[in-house]
Amino acid sequence: MLLHTTLFLPLAFALLSYLSGNRFSRIVSFVGSLLTLTSGVLLWYTFRKGGYEAIQISKAWISSPAISYALLLDGLSMALVGLTVVLVPLIILTTFKREVKRPAVFYGLLLLMQFGMLGVFVASDGFLYYIFWELALIPIYFIALIWGEGQDVSFRQRAIFKFFVYTLAGSLFMLIGFIYLYQHTGTFALQGLYQSKLDKAEQLWLFWAFFAAYAIKIPVFPFHTWQPDTYREAPGPGTMLLSGIMLKMGLYSMMRWLLPVLPQGVEFWTPYVIVLCVVGVIYGSVIAIRQDDLKKLFAYSSFAHVGLIAAGIFTLTREGMQGAVVQMIAHGVNVVALFFAAEIILQRTGTLNIARLGGIRHIAPRFATALMITVLASVALPGTNAFIGEFLLLVSAYTYNKWLAAAAGLTVILGAVYMLRMYQRVMLGDTTADTNNFTDLGKTETIVFAVIIVFIFLFGLFPSPILNMLENSVDMILALSFRTAL
Amino acid sequence: MTVLLLIVLLPLAGFLLNAFWGKRLPKVVSGWLASAVVFVSFVLSAYYFAGFVSGTQTKIDADIYRWIQFGDLFIGFGFLLDQLSAIWLMVVTGIGFLIHVYSISYMHDDERFAQFFSYLNLFIFFMLLLVLGNNLLVTFIGWEGVGLCSYLLIGFWFKNQDYNNAAKKAFVMNRIGDLGFLFGMFILLTHTGTLHFSNLASIQPGVLPKWILVAVTALLFIGATGKSAQIPLYTWLPDAMAGPTPVSALIHAATMVTAGIYLVARTGFLYAQAPETLTAVASIGAATAILAATIGVFQNDIKKVLAYSTVSQLGLMFVALGVGAYVSAVFHVVTHAFFKACLFLGSGSVIHALHGEQDIRRMGGLKKYMPVTYWTFLISSLAISGIFPFSGFFSKDEILAAAFAHHKILWVIAMLTSLLTAFYMFRLLFLTFTGEFRGTEEQRHHLHESPPLITIPLIILSALATVGGVLGLPEFLGFHHWLKNFLSPVVAKSGAHAHALSHSTELALMGGALAGAIVSIAYSYILFVRGGALPVPEGEEKGITRLVYHKYYVDEIYEKIIVQPVMFLSDIAYRLLDRRVIDGLVNTSGRLSMIAGGQIRKLQTGYIGYYMMFMVLSLVAVFVYALLIRL
Amino acid sequence: MALLSIFQTVPVHYYLVVSAMLFCIGVLGVLYRRNAIIIFMSIELMLNAVNLLLVAFSAYHNDSGGQVFVFFVMAVAAAEVAVGLAILVAIFRNVHAVDIDELKNLKW
Repeated sequence: MLLHTTLFLPLAFALLSYLSGNRFSRIVSFVGSLLTLTSGVLLWYTFRKGGYEAIQISKAWISSPAISYALLLDGLSMALVGLTVVLVPLIILTTFKREVKRPAVFYGLLLLMQFGMLGVFVASDGFLYYIFWELALIPIYFIALIWGEGQDVSFRQRAIFKFFVYTLAGSLFMLIGFIYLYQHTGTFALQGLYQSKLDKAEQLWLFWAFFAAYAIKIPVFPFHTWQPDTYREAPGPGTMLLSGIMLKMGLYSMMRWLLPVLPQGVEFWTPYVIVLCVVGVIYGSVIAIRQDDLKKLFAYSSFAHVGLIAAGIFTLTREGMQGAVVQMIAHGVNVVALFFAAEIILQRTGTLNIARLGGIRHIAPRFATALMITVLASVALPGTNAFIGEFLLLVSAYTYNKWLAAAAGLTVILGAVYMLRMYQRVMLGDTTADTNNFTDLGKTETIVFAVIIVFIFLFGLFPSPILNMLENSVDMILALSFRTAL
Repeated sequence: MTVLLLIVLLPLAGFLLNAFWGKRLPKVVSGWLASAVVFVSFVLSAYYFAGFVSGTQTKIDADIYRWIQFGDLFIGFGFLLDQLSAIWLMVVTGIGFLIHVYSISYMHDDERFAQFFSYLNLFIFFMLLLVLGNNLLVTFIGWEGVGLCSYLLIGFWFKNQDYNNAAKKAFVMNRIGDLGFLFGMFILLTHTGTLHFSNLASIQPGVLPKWILVAVTALLFIGATGKSAQIPLYTWLPDAMAGPTPVSALIHAATMVTAGIYLVARTGFLYAQAPETLTAVASIGAATAILAATIGVFQNDIKKVLAYSTVSQLGLMFVALGVGAYVSAVFHVVTHAFFKACLFLGSGSVIHALHGEQDIRRMGGLKKYMPVTYWTFLISSLAISGIFPFSGFFSKDEILAAAFAHHKILWVIAMLTSLLTAFYMFRLLFLTFTGEFRGTEEQRHHLHESPPLITIPLIILSALATVGGVLGLPEFLGFHHWLKNFLSPVVAKSGAHAHALSHSTELALMGGALAGAIVSIAYSYILFVRGGALPVPEGEEKGITRLVYHKYYVDEIYEKIIVQPVMFLSDIAYRLLDRRVIDGLVNTSGRLSMIAGGQIRKLQTGYIGYYMMFMVLSLVAVFVYALLIRL
Repeated sequence: MALLSIFQTVPVHYYLVVSAMLFCIGVLGVLYRRNAIIIFMSIELMLNAVNLLLVAFSAYHNDSGGQVFVFFVMAVAAAEVAVGLAILVAIFRNVHAVDIDELKNLKW
């Protein structure tokens, strides 16, 4: 029951906030997201009381082809559902201080996207999952396209169109993969696919059908080039949705739909994939050093971070999986804070060009502190949430291969370089013409940062609720990923 | 345990109070509040310390809660208090308190007074975490945390981008070392399954393969080189002098930079099984000691001289660790904390009096204006030069003797280092305090002795620097080496260094060192007081002097071989690889489908006649095809 | 009855030839003429060729189904002409021509 309310409340409120008109849509959508949050928290509570036993729902939907309305909530899903229901109210809150044109449509789309993403995290029927997967893409396309802030409209249109076509092309590979799986196993159900008996040759190419979709969404090097421009051109809330939650769909799906379904394909391709991920980690970090655009810098930094997460998943170790999920949550929270900071700077100075900023710390100390803490979390200072994830991920990388781990470990240094460089040039020194009239954080902005900062330290010092919750799921995924073909 | 927790949490509470409400409090209140929490921590630490001294206190090693746990991985969050951490506890809180008090006066004009104190409290908190952690990961929180505070405090006056650069450099260089620390932990965790010191110590020698021991100790040592400013990661420390002077005294002289020594001493049981690493530690320590000492001779910034002196002294401590003389290293950490903190605070007093002037070429003759500063500075200089009976004499002598027993070359280098130390310290002292004042008239007019809040810590520290030697009186003269006995439960396992030297050799070494130091000082006196020599003005150095004055151009070399290539790579990767090659491929595939569409659409001319023609022709084709199949 | 017998006395392949010829005339008319109204008429010709064939075979097989089809075709043809002529009128109002060479905007 709670699972259904958590899933469908955003849909209901998407319609409601669209119908409630431009004046009330913001508050309606915020209330809706808070209700969803409440429902999600209750869901977590019951889930926890039930000893982290997976909740399953399955109802027949279409008889031929055999498609059912099937949902599954285990620790892994719960973690990401939790991330989604927490972040969406925060993201809505970030829009309180700015003007949004045609708010009814905007907030409706925002909640519709939440519905899609939640669906991805709980669907356990391949077809249903695919529908949610694509459903999540459509609202963000319009949000990015219509509410984008770049000066150059035709550039924005091209960038967003590229993002749409690129990710859609990836998804179509996945659709082909699902159809093939259906023809050869007769089912779309997750449990059925987990018992599929495909021979190695099939798994080898099917792996790429799924991996292409996920690699583009995450993105993994070299499928990432849509990302910086899209993050740059999308409006702040859109970027937060994309980087905070949507890219976790790809990482989540790897753990749910790729590793356990195609173990032999995974076994064969793992070395290549990990190398790609590690290359992405260094590549993204190095590029981020010289970025002059704040949002692009964060985009490349985010790209480097998720590369490490993907590498951790593919090490097929307990540390890697646990670390990956912890880091997904940490990254989701932190990157929202980073992009919110970029949004604040853009709204107040009209520019994201680092060279034109400076001295903000002097006139906006509260904002400076908030950004400093976020930056520290982002460079994984011990005690913050990202440290737990990064530590576990690097441990898993080390158990997989020392030298790859050493290469990936460079992110510890490079991350400090680009983040501190950014902080120094944006916040320190003397004020510039653009930053002279910078005002400090307002009330809603302070609330957003305060919530995020609480999360940063809470999960940095007490990560065990997440770790315990994940144990069953991780064990299951690992067991399935190592099952030998029959 | 609760008391121990209180020691750690009090500075944290002080930090939070000052961070959130400091601005609204009067400066006096926020300054004294910050000092008070550290003082209470100090008193509580002293309680434990007294317990250890009297033997009533036993080792505390307990987890407070389970931090990271799943599968068979378990890392607790807990504290370990034994004699080793108790000593650091005393140094950190004791000297920390004095420097807090000093700062109340030193920083009283600063508009971000409360923020400064909140950072200082935060630093104390992290330092205590570092020292008290009962496993490597908790220590690592403190380890990176003090790095953060160092970053915040070096760049405290953040309007100056040079200071910010120095802060960033310190953080990044520390991070390079931290990566070594991290990988050391990874190896330990994967191969032993634990990071707790007590579990690691209980692993029997011979159980772990050799390469693991060597790799782990080497990697941890890389961490130590970052934090304790050793080759190749030492260049951040002189730059770190951009921070306010109390910060230099607290973080960059007395406490944080000794964290590397603490780490090696704490994991001494691992190092004892990896003699290869110990050789490396001793060699790098010796190289750093002599390198920094030579640079120190030619520096003209009062704080830079002290900074290089710190690097050099830390090098000596690593020599002691490398030859297995852990107790001597710890001893020198303690005495060094006394006299180096005193020297830095003294330099701060001078800078304060001269309104920010740091160049010794524009000082001189300050003795008569600021006698307390002068006398405390003199005592500390005598101590660092190793003059009997000041504390440095005893601790340095132990290191020299240990080095002599281990390898003669180490001893030669250590000896040279201490001679140079005596020389440049007195060069500094003479140029600053004797002769005629060389600054502006206006500065002379404002010259004054610093207020009591500054001079009292100076006096206390110089007193400690004087008598600190009693902690470790030489054994071979029949004295009781208190520190050695005190630390024996902790470092006994680490294969404590056996003095294989005869009494006469030790005595000769001691006398030699003392005589050498006196000669150095005398030479310095002749040059700078009798001869009235002055350092040459900027840009007129020649030959080797020029090379040394520019710190062997190490910064420039790093810039050329590391920083610039990375920047270049970043540009190339972005502009060429990312935008042109990878994104180019993506865009090309898009463009190809556009072109294909463009070609195919030409079939659609718009003339109905053509359409009908195609229709008819295709129908005919279908019929013909059907007919052919039939046949 | 008499009419039916006439149909039956003429061999069925005569009808085939005639309707094929009519149909080809219709096709060629559609392809060669440029006047939209004449094209319409040609289309009607093709439809009627088919109708003739349907009626012929209906008689030949003694099956009235073919005649039913013819009625359908005629009804649809009438409707089509009505719509088609209406479109033509609309086009004529816009471009003042019913020459299909002028109507070349049917692309993209």
